[in-house]
Amino acid sequence: MTQSVETDVVIIGAGPVGLFAVFELGLLDLECHLIDILDRPGGQCAELYPEKPIYDIPAWPVISGQDLTDRLMEQIKPFNPQFHFNRMVTALRKLDDGRFEVETDEDEVLRAKVVVVAAGGGSFQPKRPPIPGIEAFEGHSVFYAVRRMEEFRDHDLLIVGGGDSALDWTLNLHPIANSVTLVHRRPQFRAADDSVNKMFALRDEGALRFEVGQVSALSGEDGQLRSATLKGPESEFEVECTRLLPFFGLTMKLGPIADWGLNLHENLITVDTEKFETSEAGIFAIGDINWYPGKLKLILSGFHEAALMAQAARRIVRPDERVVFQYTTSSTSLQKKLGVK
Amino acid sequence: MTKLTIVANDGTNFEVDAEDGSTVMENAIRNAVPGIEAECGGACACATCHVYVDDDWSEVVGSPDVMEEDMLDFAYDVRPTSRLSCQIKVKPELDGLVVHVPERQA
Ligand SMILES: Cc1cc2nc3c(=O)[nH]c(=O)nc-3n(C[C@H](O)[C@H](O)[C@H](O)COP(=O)(O)OP(=O)(O)OC[C@H]3O[C@@H](n4cnc5c(N)ncnc54)[C@H](O)[C@@H]3O)c2cc1C
Ligand code: FES
Repeated sequence: MTQSVETDVVIIGAGPVGLFAVFELGLLDLECHLIDILDRPGGQCAELYPEKPIYDIPAWPVISGQDLTDRLMEQIKPFNPQFHFNRMVTALRKLDDGRFEVETDEDEVLRAKVVVVAAGGGSFQPKRPPIPGIEAFEGHSVFYAVRRMEEFRDHDLLIVGGGDSALDWTLNLHPIANSVTLVHRRPQFRAADDSVNKMFALRDEGALRFEVGQVSALSGEDGQLRSATLKGPESEFEVECTRLLPFFGLTMKLGPIADWGLNLHENLITVDTEKFETSEAGIFAIGDINWYPGKLKLILSGFHEAALMAQAARRIVRPDERVVFQYTTSSTSLQKKLGVK
Repeated sequence: MTKLTIVANDGTNFEVDAEDGSTVMENAIRNAVPGIEAECGGACACATCHVYVDDDWSEVVGSPDVMEEDMLDFAYDVRPTSRLSCQIKVKPELDGLVVHVPERQA
């Protein structure tokens, strides 16, 4: 059954900018739900460079992508944001009563008077390895994720990659598959030691195969895979397989955002610089996803955009109430919201 | 200044005067060498700046560190001379360096 949620503001994307928007909206008493296709907050900072230093966050001479995310989470905690992870926002539409409805691929809808698109460079999606002709097999024999394990029962699986996803699925699927071959370009892995040890133990028992190499070609017809050519350190050879699962990490794709009827400028959402509102009143866009003259794709710019957006969002959600400008340093009412004692 | 030659996949040679301390990737981008995408801007987070170091230079340039080796897993057709060009810093010892751009980036 479709789940439905009513709230003040729906934020699409839980990157640094979406997270900080919770803070600015929270100070103005607006409640938020956030949706992200990733399984955790932080967007690019957490997914692409958690360990790397950022040097241009005001007052933090240096902070890592993950630390920045953790501190934002701590900062917005008083506002109790609700997170919906592991789902992609597929549709955004206006309702007759003037509110918006946001739909995800997990059969859920969220309704709110304000939607904030903080979708960064787009949603993170699996990278397609550049194997010639792979497109023809996608969705038939080539899958980038396992949604239902049953779909792989009794198949000859070829799993490619050296990270946790490749190892985890090798271990999880081998009991139900007809055969499993894991391919990685080197015998070292970027995965939990425990999984690597388990995989090698199973290989030694003969329960699965591990090959060092890279997939260079696929053969089969009508989307049905028959075999793959592996290029090993010394030679090329064929491996019979009926399903291929490549795990080559994630890349950002704009995704369905382009279909929401908002004005775009080179795949970015055009906004004004007063409220960061899009061509549709009530829908805002902040952070890397927006464009205006002079735009810089920096975290600090996204934070500024969040603050101005929040003022405008508040006027939409509570049109009859006046907003008084206050400082967190001196306002007792703001401090109460933040839980300052 | 250190001379670099970046050979595009179609065989075009890009001869570049590179500043010491800059990266090979930065020089490729500045000179619009086709096939070097560098999506992450040099943070060793995308593997779209993959190059093959010329055999004669492979030893001088050296091998990737652990982080770069992990990232190379996301590149296509990785060979023993593969490097991510954003992780190769230009220095006087590399004067005359030749690198080749692969057929495609992942
Ligand atoms: C290697 C690297 C280094 C960087 N260094 C710096 C730096 O030093 N200083 C600096 O200021 N900036 C830096 N940046 C840029 C900075 O990371 C971005 O500006 C910032 O992450 C933008 O934040 P955001 O919240 O707008 O978007 P993002 O961080 O991109 O987050 C957007 C989120 O939205 C989700 N999403 C998008 N569409 C959908 C959908 N349809 N459904 C569900 N979820 C969706 C995505 O999955 C993602 O998690 C760097 C970036 C990279 C890659
Ligand atoms: S530019 Fe991204 S890894 Fe080199």
